[in-house]
Amino acid sequence: MRMPLSAAIGLFFTALYFGAAIFAGWIAPYGMAEIVGDSWEPWSMAHPLGTDTIGRDLLSRMIWGGQTTIFVAAAATILSFSLGSILGFLAAVKGGWIDQFLSRTVDLMMSIPSLIAALVVLSVMPVTMPVLIVVMGLLDATRVFRLSRAVAVDITVMDYVEAARLRGEKQVWIIFREILPNALSPLVAEMGLRFIFAVLFISTLSFLGLGVQPPLADWGGIVKENKEGIVYGIPAALIPAFAIATLAISVNLVADWVLNRTTSLKGGRG
Amino acid sequence: MHPVITLVAQRLALGLLLLLAASVLIFIGTQILPGDVAQSILGQGATPETLANLREELGLNEPAVTRYFNWLFATLQGDLGTALTNGQDIASSMGKRLGNTLFLASVAAIIAVPLAILLGLIAVRYQGRWPDRVISTVTLATVSVPEFLLGYIAIYFLSVKFRVFPSLATVYDGMSLGDKLYAISMPVVVLVLVVLGHMMRMTRAAILNVMQSAYVETAELKGLRKFTIIARHAFPNAIAPVVNVVMLNLAYLVVGVVVVEVVFVYPGMGQYLVDHVSKRDVPVVQACGLVFAAVYIGLNLVADIVAILANPRLRHPK
Amino acid sequence: MSDMLLEVKNLKIEATAYPPGEAPRDITIVEGVSFKLEKGRVLGLIGESGAGKSTIGLSAMAYGRGGVRLTGGEVLVNGRDVLQAGPAGLRALRGREVTYVAQSAAAAFNPAKRLMEQVIETTLHHGLASKAEAEARAVTLFARLGLPNPETIGRRYPHQVSGGQLQRVMTAMALCPKPDLVIFDEPTTALDVTTQIEVLAAIKEAIADTGVAALYITHDLAVVAQVADDIMVLRGGKMVEYGTTDTIINRPAEPYTQALVSVRSIDHNEKSGGAPVLSVKGITARYRGTNFDVLSNVTVDLPEAQTLAVVGESGSGKSTLARVITGLLPPSAGTITFVGRDLAADFEARGKEDLRELQMIYQMADVAMNPRQTVGTIIGRPLEFYFGLKGAEKRHRIQELLDEIEMGEGFIDRYPAELSGGQKQRVCIARALAAKPKLIICDEVTSALDPLVADGILKLLLNLQKIEKVAYLFITHDLATVRAIADSIAVMYRGKVVRYGPKSQVLAPPFDDYTDLLLSSVPEMELGWLERTIANRKMEAAGN
Repeated sequence: MRMPLSAAIGLFFTALYFGAAIFAGWIAPYGMAEIVGDSWEPWSMAHPLGTDTIGRDLLSRMIWGGQTTIFVAAAATILSFSLGSILGFLAAVKGGWIDQFLSRTVDLMMSIPSLIAALVVLSVMPVTMPVLIVVMGLLDATRVFRLSRAVAVDITVMDYVEAARLRGEKQVWIIFREILPNALSPLVAEMGLRFIFAVLFISTLSFLGLGVQPPLADWGGIVKENKEGIVYGIPAALIPAFAIATLAISVNLVADWVLNRTTSLKGGRG
Repeated sequence: MHPVITLVAQRLALGLLLLLAASVLIFIGTQILPGDVAQSILGQGATPETLANLREELGLNEPAVTRYFNWLFATLQGDLGTALTNGQDIASSMGKRLGNTLFLASVAAIIAVPLAILLGLIAVRYQGRWPDRVISTVTLATVSVPEFLLGYIAIYFLSVKFRVFPSLATVYDGMSLGDKLYAISMPVVVLVLVVLGHMMRMTRAAILNVMQSAYVETAELKGLRKFTIIARHAFPNAIAPVVNVVMLNLAYLVVGVVVVEVVFVYPGMGQYLVDHVSKRDVPVVQACGLVFAAVYIGLNLVADIVAILANPRLRHPK
Repeated sequence: MSDMLLEVKNLKIEATAYPPGEAPRDITIVEGVSFKLEKGRVLGLIGESGAGKSTIGLSAMAYGRGGVRLTGGEVLVNGRDVLQAGPAGLRALRGREVTYVAQSAAAAFNPAKRLMEQVIETTLHHGLASKAEAEARAVTLFARLGLPNPETIGRRYPHQVSGGQLQRVMTAMALCPKPDLVIFDEPTTALDVTTQIEVLAAIKEAIADTGVAALYITHDLAVVAQVADDIMVLRGGKMVEYGTTDTIINRPAEPYTQALVSVRSIDHNEKSGGAPVLSVKGITARYRGTNFDVLSNVTVDLPEAQTLAVVGESGSGKSTLARVITGLLPPSAGTITFVGRDLAADFEARGKEDLRELQMIYQMADVAMNPRQTVGTIIGRPLEFYFGLKGAEKRHRIQELLDEIEMGEGFIDRYPAELSGGQKQRVCIARALAAKPKLIICDEVTSALDPLVADGILKLLLNLQKIEKVAYLFITHDLATVRAIADSIAVMYRGKVVRYGPKSQVLAPPFDDYTDLLLSSVPEMELGWLERTIANRKMEAAGN
């Protein structure tokens, strides 16, 4: 099957950003906190994106910042996903009081907007990377829980799951052989969306000064550092905007493609 | 009793219960987490003596349950306590800010809701053709950019390059309504862009869902005009899902407002909250958190109730 | 020529298929179909699913459902080619000259509007009558269609009336603007058989009274034989045979039509005696959170290698009985004995042998198989699970089972989505057989299939019973299926067994009231059956 153009573009940019994040140490021209010039130097050969508010190379900051942003977002996504989907499946398969307890807890957690909840917690917790990842992961796990529970409930009422239960199959077989293969495509698509959400979330927190702390760079933080420049017509703060938006759109395109591809798998020639 | 009344009463009770539970959650979030409030306020350099003093002052030595109920009952009586950082009464400092925030959010909602529904209808009317695609692409772009970046993009172009609107949204007492509206035009633009995308996409999906139902086909086979079909057959059934969409997005607006206020230095609740989170001023954070949660829960409650009222099966039981 | 109402010439209908991962391509749904319909006549369009009958029916309103395009030929309504009509012309046609009655009236009515408003909407919209006149006409139609409280039923909302009544209201809605032609698209298919006969009679009477012409679309030849003057048999979007109802039913020329007419004529010799493999005693059951018994005091026996048919309409509790026997719904009272052992009420408490020897086949084969498993995995799993078969041994046994269900080796690596409806059900049968069961519960296994395919499945089941000595508990609403396969029959009505015994006794008079009603409601493949049955019922009612 040919890959559609939109997916190819999405995959290219996603790979580009992830590649830059992983190999930041090799490809960034300057160090993360290295001061190499005056503040807000314009774009030049030496500094393709110019310099920032205290004269650090902006391209290098963007690459190092991308590493932090993508790492934190990916870690939070992995946490929210493993936690949310396991509990969601459990609630769907077990039903009864386990389902009631988990579902009501999630309802409650979702009754407070996640940004507000994060701010409340961060007002007392030390703002370190592990804390950020855990807070974001836990808050977002509620969304994953709802989706995976809904998907799994739809599947558990299918006759083939009933047939497996009547055959005497164990819970493990039912979850991993009957439900999971059929739940995979919506979950993969959701994973892309959750990752984008995590990128936006950590950027927002950093922008508010409550996320990644200086001197570490991340995209939201770069905006915060350079926001004063905007008023003087210096677009340094807008560069992370471009990075975040393109990353978000690219991941979206890839997730869409994965969803379509895995959906068509079950049909074979269908 | 009519089942609708019972259901609505149930939802209201549930909403109150949820709010109560949310207050517990907020309290737990700020008090019982492994981080010690006194420690985090004073930082690593604090002496054991100052720590003990602050703990005493915050009432941290009492059991958590007692502290929670003290806080809850005080809050119910309108006493939100005093801020640690400047000793001011929280309720009175918050009052004006809450007004400002509601003003900003309402202006944004008044523009965004009709616009989103209109664009959603246009997208449905021209489904798959260029107006639909343009709307979908533009809104996909706006939902992919975080609020604060939209804010700076707007400042960069609208205030710096073209100088149409002021970049800082300064409002104060005694300003005329017109001046106020002009002052907040930029944050309003950003907020509208932030919610418009989601709201329009969900509206489009909700209406499309209704348009694909068998009774719309019936109406088409009756030889009715497209407009009549939409107005008479699709619309009454689309009210509940659309209201739901609108409410969900207004709840989203409540969150968006936090960031936008910081960007435009607007004296509202969001800025108040963020400021005091940085200062680790726990009583203020608790109070703000509770207010935001109440608004959020309230909006979701309205959506639920409208859905009940719009359901003919519930309004006219067998 | 002035009597010619509808003339379809060489109709061609296309649609675009979107196979996942491939370029979209155009497919032809209907080709080369021509027919004529004069005023006041009824033409039946008949065929199996995918024959294009609904699509052809809707072409008379120049309407293509879901991206279907009318690409060739002519459709003349009152001499005008509606395929060439503009938007205004179409609006004048739809709802005024031609109206439509859908299969599912429950979905076709707007849930937010009162029935009366919807029934008279077309009449008012096209300016055919005043509101008062239209309402009066609607009430007359309600009464004529035998609806209860014709004066007030219009004030109700769609969800407040039953399915059978809604179908009649929809017929009234179609007749209210006094159209020239009504398209009936499977109007009785979703109804229970005892309701179907009433609706069918009401529709037929209304057609006769108003003198309207009709296209009657259905998959059931026995039904269309009651209402149509002419019948067109369709298959795969092409015409197979076209003639008067008498010719099609009594002297069909084409082999396909002959097969359709002779369908449901399987018979087998009733077996009797033998030790029971399953004894159900005094079963009473209700669903959790409800306060009425879905089953009350049900007692039946099933001897080994025989078939017990449990027959009833929706709500009779027949499927609940299956759930109780399989242990999915533990009963509140009663016992089940299986191969001489007492069965635990909950399937989770049953031993592996109990589970193995009691298998189940479902109505919807589509959802009874995991779409991500191949046929080999689906059939192989019970072999592995119950008998520990592996590798070549397992593959060999799968092959044997595939042969038994008359499917070849090539299917072993296919996915369910690549199979036809009949093949899917066969694979489900093989999966059940793989466990070497003593009893298979068949829950409406042929109801979702086209008649010819269903026939094939029934024949297969009968054959397998001879070879494997397996007993069937056969749950169905279809009496023809019961006749074909049962050795004994239990008739259920509202959770109770109202009649039970060997087939020959249950299907022979004297009948109890319900069984009589049920049996006499099944349409028979002969002209005039509907009138005779209705007349008989009226006489009986008068006699009482």
